[in-house]
Amino acid sequence: MNKVNSLMFSALNKNPFHIAKRGEIVWWKAWLIRIIAVLMALVVCGIITVALTKLNPVKVYLTMIDGAVGTTRLVWNLLQNTAILLCVSLAVTPAFKMRFWNIGAEGQILIGGLATATCMIFLGEKLPTFVLIPVMLLMSIITGALWGLVPAYFKTRFNSNETLFTLMMNYIAIQIVAYFTLEWSVPKGSGTPRTLEFGQLPMLFGQKYLVNILFVVLITVLMYIYLKYSKQGYEISVVGESENTAKYIGINVKKVVLRTMAISGAICGIAGFLLVAGTDHSLKSDTSGGRGFTAIMVSWLAKFNPIFMVLTSLLIVFLEKGASKISEVYRLNSSFSDIITGIIIFFIIGSEFFINYTIKINKKEKEENV
Amino acid sequence: MGQNIALELKNITKTFGSIVANKNVCLQVKKGEILSVLGENGSGKTTLMNMVSGIYYPDSGQILIDGEEVVISSPKDAFNYKIGMIHQHFKLVDVFSAAENIVLGLEKEKGFDMPKYIEKINEITETYGFELDPYKKIYEMSVSEKQTVEIIKVLFRGADILILDEPTAVLTPQETFKLFAVLRNMRENGKAIIIITHKLHEVLTLSDNVAVLRKGEYVGTVETSKTNEAELTEMMVGKKVSLNIERSMPENPCDRLVVDKISCINREGVKLLDNVSFTARSGEILGIAGIAGSGQRELMEAIAGLQHIDTGSILYYDPQTGKEENLRDKTPMEIRDMGVRLAFVPEDRLGMGLVGNMDIIDNMMLRSYRKGHSVFLQRKAPKSLADEIIERLEVVTPSVNTPVRRLSGGNIQKVLVGREIASSPTVMMAAYPVRGLDINSSYTIYNLLNEQKRKGVAVIFVGEDLDVLIELCDRIMVIGSGKITGIVDGRNTTKEEIGLLMTKSSHMDDEGGKKDE
Repeated sequence: MNKVNSLMFSALNKNPFHIAKRGEIVWWKAWLIRIIAVLMALVVCGIITVALTKLNPVKVYLTMIDGAVGTTRLVWNLLQNTAILLCVSLAVTPAFKMRFWNIGAEGQILIGGLATATCMIFLGEKLPTFVLIPVMLLMSIITGALWGLVPAYFKTRFNSNETLFTLMMNYIAIQIVAYFTLEWSVPKGSGTPRTLEFGQLPMLFGQKYLVNILFVVLITVLMYIYLKYSKQGYEISVVGESENTAKYIGINVKKVVLRTMAISGAICGIAGFLLVAGTDHSLKSDTSGGRGFTAIMVSWLAKFNPIFMVLTSLLIVFLEKGASKISEVYRLNSSFSDIITGIIIFFIIGSEFFINYTIKINKKEKEENV
Repeated sequence: MGQNIALELKNITKTFGSIVANKNVCLQVKKGEILSVLGENGSGKTTLMNMVSGIYYPDSGQILIDGEEVVISSPKDAFNYKIGMIHQHFKLVDVFSAAENIVLGLEKEKGFDMPKYIEKINEITETYGFELDPYKKIYEMSVSEKQTVEIIKVLFRGADILILDEPTAVLTPQETFKLFAVLRNMRENGKAIIIITHKLHEVLTLSDNVAVLRKGEYVGTVETSKTNEAELTEMMVGKKVSLNIERSMPENPCDRLVVDKISCINREGVKLLDNVSFTARSGEILGIAGIAGSGQRELMEAIAGLQHIDTGSILYYDPQTGKEENLRDKTPMEIRDMGVRLAFVPEDRLGMGLVGNMDIIDNMMLRSYRKGHSVFLQRKAPKSLADEIIERLEVVTPSVNTPVRRLSGGNIQKVLVGREIASSPTVMMAAYPVRGLDINSSYTIYNLLNEQKRKGVAVIFVGEDLDVLIELCDRIMVIGSGKITGIVDGRNTTKEEIGLLMTKSSHMDDEGGKKDE
């Protein structure tokens, strides 16, 4: 059998191509690959659109853009949603950089939101707004940090699995919030969440969401500096890259894990504060709306770089908004918009493969050379 | 003549991305011949043999077995052509006996007849002069016994072409001697044997022919009887190298580090270190010899504050104040705060000494980033240190911003050693600092250690090559199963003496055997 093989092929040409790892890639080539990936995704989406719906794909894309940024209100909406998603992504990033898989952002947001709502309800009438808002913020930070510290403590003390731990903490948070939502609903027990009147974040230049956005801009810049230029950020990188190296140079790994998770939880708490006080003015068990999970993707896509995260979170929110618009306009099943979003993200993530690897065609003429 | 050739490689080329691991390599082994494949680390020896054993697939070239071209695309194919490879890292099931490991994974024939298998194993051990108890469990075995199991495993499957990847790296001189005897018996029996190695004296004592590789390229094959160490080195390195390490006499040595009766027991109750006592003196290189995994790592880490010890003390004498400090159970931070300037080049360079994904500057910072009260990092000093090390130690790197994992082994080590020396240490510990390095880099490291010694640093050098230890060190301490079995004078000892000390304790007490690796 092998003789036949060697007659048909010379020893090398078993496969028509092989995959090889690239060395360094120049930045513009990497971006070219990414842009090509997006274009290809649009082409594939177009084909699928025609095949499934018989609609003109260009029109569908225009509707998508229209749905995301068609009116000034939509633009603000887009920016506000991006800001919140970005905030949560920034929150999970230090933990991820440390290789601590915090998938409990959802719960940390809700707990921060719950603390905010509690302040708004019980202190609302007693404190002037300019005192109330800082108190709300502070409480959301503290509760978020504590919620994040619990899994970190168990990890450092008993080496428990942080992925499962943070995940399960989400369900606890959701149920706690669900309880209070019902408790505080108007009329009581009806389930309609109460509008929280005191302590709403102020409008700035007539824009409801501007405070939220500025808040997140500030956090982005601070997080970028923290991770890149601070000693603590450096420690996070070392612990994440190699715990042994961290111990070797005398970093107290447990301390770094606890501190970082407190920061991660605290920023999630802030996201909860922004959602309750700035966006919704109410608290529901789905206030966080799955952002704690979407943020994981945003953070990874940006390779944990806070500045890139602005782009990736914008992309995700843009796709979400645009996709929901097309299912609304063309009366399509909402699964269709999910398919489109899925394809685009698949291509974007897939392009990373071609940035790291290259495909080489095994040339025929080598056969003669042998 | 053609019939006698068991294996022939013609123009084998293999690339990984832009790196050419093998380029137009040609080799042949006859039946009843021992061929050494000699080359420095990274010269492509293992890659080449992995292509023969079906782990990699060549980009171009031919493999001929018994004169016929074959395609080897999996280890199974290699087995069918009766090629057996013994890897550097053994692949055995710990809780199984030797015999069970040997028959593991055999094709289902008719039932499973253990007594018959054992008979066959015993036959093999007798033929070639192995020493093996087929009922002994792997976890009770020494490294050399495990190696024996691996070799018998491939013979059991009928291998006629045996490839051994650095077989002596983990053996004592005595064990090496036994292995060579066995290999010679196999040669008498008509087996074709290839050993991959970078140790010249082994090549000269054992093999019939030597094939030399340099940076992936095939340099040539020479008959062992017609060559010598100097010529082989020149072929390997590409230029003449002087193989002498200068050793100066220690200048007024005084006690710097006194380790007194330290013991350390792991969770399973095994003594990793057993009543270890020794003194490291300034201006002196203290060598530590021993079979890999005899407690060298634990000892180094205990001194560096990374390993908890159960009893004993580690006293440090400050050269300026003469004060005595106990380093026992101090964290690395506390040790530094006490003013003890301890440099440590760990065995695991990228996993412990450096961070592979960080650039050279950030790796320089590992030791110094805490300096100053600012919450922000100060990258200026590390940058100039990085530049200085690159220049002085001739580190080959595209820039200071290159992640260290992209550098070659020798350059990685220069970065690490350079950083450790930069703290102007009083005690310097280096664990296997030349492992995986080419000859030139190795000599750079030896020179750096000697330079530290002349500066009055107490140098502790954990090594595996006894020839180097004997040439470099003033005193050599031998460790076996966590115990110090002897301290000898480096200037008048022999490899045989050290070899005997290395195995002394594991023969004397039972606990030695229980320790894995």
